[in-house]
Amino acid sequence: MAGVIDGLSWLLLLIGGGFVLIGGIGTLRLPNFYTRMHAASLTDSMATLLILSGIMLQAGWSLATIKLFAILVFLLLTGPTASYALANAALLSGMKPEETGRTVGDKASAS
Amino acid sequence: MYYGVAFAIFVTMGLAMVRALLGPTVYDRVLAVNTFGTKTALLLAVIAFLYGRQDFLDLALAYALINFIGVLAVLAFFQNRRTDKSNTHEE
Repeated sequence: MAGVIDGLSWLLLLIGGGFVLIGGIGTLRLPNFYTRMHAASLTDSMATLLILSGIMLQAGWSLATIKLFAILVFLLLTGPTASYALANAALLSGMKPEETGRTVGDKASAS
Repeated sequence: MYYGVAFAIFVTMGLAMVRALLGPTVYDRVLAVNTFGTKTALLLAVIAFLYGRQDFLDLALAYALINFIGVLAVLAFFQNRRTDKSNTHEE
């Protein structure tokens, strides 16, 4: 049983580390702002969930698990909120997404 | 295993810092700094278990909250500023 939990937590940590790397590479390499933001914010949520779940499995039932759970809840609440605020601020400042520039631009100028 | 995750988070923090230095617009920089702050909280949680010092988890909690407040404050500042500027440009 302990081996199963250990293996599961290592698997979660490994996949979470992979997501972290993918997010970093996407943030650096993708061509424009909205694609970069999509890479960063999606992998942020996924990697946070996976890595903190993996550590929680290692911690077992203790005070550390409760703290980790609090960190997880805060990061999962604030990450998408910050991403939304960032995209909203960029859109309101007149930065248009390139492929759908026509429709989104109309919406932005109408509001 | 903790070392691998910590290494991945370090590499991503470096890449985000490069993006923050390169970033053509101010929003790219804010995005990179937000990524950097989230990864700091994750890295602190990993390091707490890497070295077996569980009091680092409190630091991670504080970093998560400070990062969120900081990003929102910077965004409120730049949002007002940029819309004012673009309005005066267009009209």
